[in-house]
Amino acid sequence: MIKVDRLTRTYGGFTAVDDVSFTCQPGRVTGFLGPNGAGKTTTMRIMVGLTPATRGSVTIGGLAYHDIPNPGRHVGVLLDAGAQHAGRTGREILTLGAKTMGLPLSRVDEMLALVSLTDAEAKRRMRNYSLGMKQRLGIAHALLGDPSVLILDEPANGLDPAGIRWMRDLLKGYANRGGTVLLSSHLLNEVELVADEMILIGRGTIVAQGDKASLLAQSGPAASLVTSLDNDALARALQGQGYAVTPAGSGLRVDAEPVQVGRAALEAGVVLTDLRSGARGLEDLFLELTAGTQREGHPAAATQLQEGAQA
Amino acid sequence: MSTTTPSTPSTPSTPSMTLDVSGTPKVPFTRLVGVELRKIYDTRAGRWLLGAIVLITAAIMTIFFFAADAPDRTFGNFIGVSATPQGFLLPVLGILLVTSEWTQRTAMVTFALEPSRTRVIAAKTVAALIFGVAAFLAAIVVAGLCTLVGGADGGFEGLEARIFLLFLALQLLTILQGLAYGLILLNTPAAIVTFFVLPIASSIVFNLVSGLRDLAPWLDLGTAQGPLFESFGASALTGEEYAQLGTTTLIWIVIPFVLGWIRVMRAEVK
Ligand SMILES: Nc1ncnc2c1ncn2[C@@H]1O[C@H](COP(=O)(O)OP(=O)(O)OP(=O)(O)O)[C@@H](O)[C@H]1O
Ligand SMILES: [Mg+2]
Repeated sequence: MIKVDRLTRTYGGFTAVDDVSFTCQPGRVTGFLGPNGAGKTTTMRIMVGLTPATRGSVTIGGLAYHDIPNPGRHVGVLLDAGAQHAGRTGREILTLGAKTMGLPLSRVDEMLALVSLTDAEAKRRMRNYSLGMKQRLGIAHALLGDPSVLILDEPANGLDPAGIRWMRDLLKGYANRGGTVLLSSHLLNEVELVADEMILIGRGTIVAQGDKASLLAQSGPAASLVTSLDNDALARALQGQGYAVTPAGSGLRVDAEPVQVGRAALEAGVVLTDLRSGARGLEDLFLELTAGTQREGHPAAATQLQEGAQA
Repeated sequence: MSTTTPSTPSTPSTPSMTLDVSGTPKVPFTRLVGVELRKIYDTRAGRWLLGAIVLITAAIMTIFFFAADAPDRTFGNFIGVSATPQGFLLPVLGILLVTSEWTQRTAMVTFALEPSRTRVIAAKTVAALIFGVAAFLAAIVVAGLCTLVGGADGGFEGLEARIFLLFLALQLLTILQGLAYGLILLNTPAAIVTFFVLPIASSIVFNLVSGLRDLAPWLDLGTAQGPLFESFGASALTGEEYAQLGTTTLIWIVIPFVLGWIRVMRAEVK
């Protein structure tokens, strides 16, 4: 539904988005993950025509965003929940959106109820909203036109745990009904639970994409962590079968699937006290793939940023 | 990825990759104007400004009513005194309508809902002009009442519709000027200061530098608009004076407006 094709955006000599291509399928939640400054927001702003692309294109349902008539009815956008007039009430902000899209005002009440903003809260001015309330209002605004595509930049930002769970269920249900959801985050855990598909971006380039299983398959060979009543005997048995074994804490780290370790232990007659997969999770993969793009221990990233800002 | 062509209807199991927009018309321009009108008065700042325009117009007419000699209390003069506060405050309304989208960052939402920035600018312009016409009509009603109640004998005599139209056009052009500076600067204080200071500075320069004095009517907005105020209800403007109004309008209003429009078309919305 969303097709990003060789998208590039430069600011002076700094490339914020570098030849990025991916698609978001209807009926699926696509997570857009990357560390701070990776280019997620820039990509999303280009999608909805707020920032011009230097090269490449984005289509939504086969159309460039500016060719979608009354786009609010088709594409729900939340880029920055704080980007609203501080002097307007929450209700007024939704009313302006509903009026632009040509929706009945009853839709405003429905959306306020959906995001659990009370009547009294809806009458408050935006400047008196808490972070999470702004976020809820932004989500309500994105859903106002009952769109079939959702583009959400860090939608969970500022939500309480119950709010995060609520949003997860909302997005899942939305995709199950055939909607297309693209949501960005720099928190893997947040996206992992809801996304069917993940796109990992670091310093402007896509470093990996796919569903969770295929990403995990990339995350390296199998490994197990095992502890037994006789680690030495178990290590000998495993080495005898050709598996590399290294001591790890009170146990062993074996380059083999847990099932192979269990079988070896059974054959060697060693009692296991703990056996689990030692394969690196998505988080390790994420950190490794974006390692060159993290700021921590990478002054190059920071200086490149400053050059970009000056340009 | 498979893209369904229009000839193969999509089944629920393989959702269509194309957006069906056949049932959605564009946002009608009138609706955009309606929303922009609403944005003028749905904040406290906007309501204060509107209130100030009404109150100051009423106050200045009342002061004139008591201060002016009886023969001067003509309809034309009442309209004339209302022009000054309105000419100062209505453009501020236009400036705010544009700049608040950037200072409050609502442009992100506005342009996401209507990606044609030209249509948004046009809707804002029409909305600001509607307020300008409304203010002018209100001034006519109040001036009419003042003249009826305590005006000079024959206070309605010698009125020319053409002069009124020119006068209204001048008010509307001043609003366009405010919008233009708002579009160029996209910053409320800068646009307001520029709107007030730049024409005054220009008039001072043109009147002080003797070499420029002859050019002033052609280049300086204040000098060119002068005859319009003086001739109110009296003699008509000459062809040359119309031409001078034209050149100064081009320099001070039309060109800045076009430059501002280009700036907004190119701007990255953050
Ligand atoms: N107008 C601009 N001029 C210069 N650099 C810019 C501009 N806009 C964005 N950038 C740079 O582009 C890079 C990508 O920024 P972006 O906001 O897309 O990151 P992000 O992935 O959304 O990060 P975060 O997770 O922190 O929100 C950053 O380094 C940013 O400083
Ligand atoms: Mg971001």
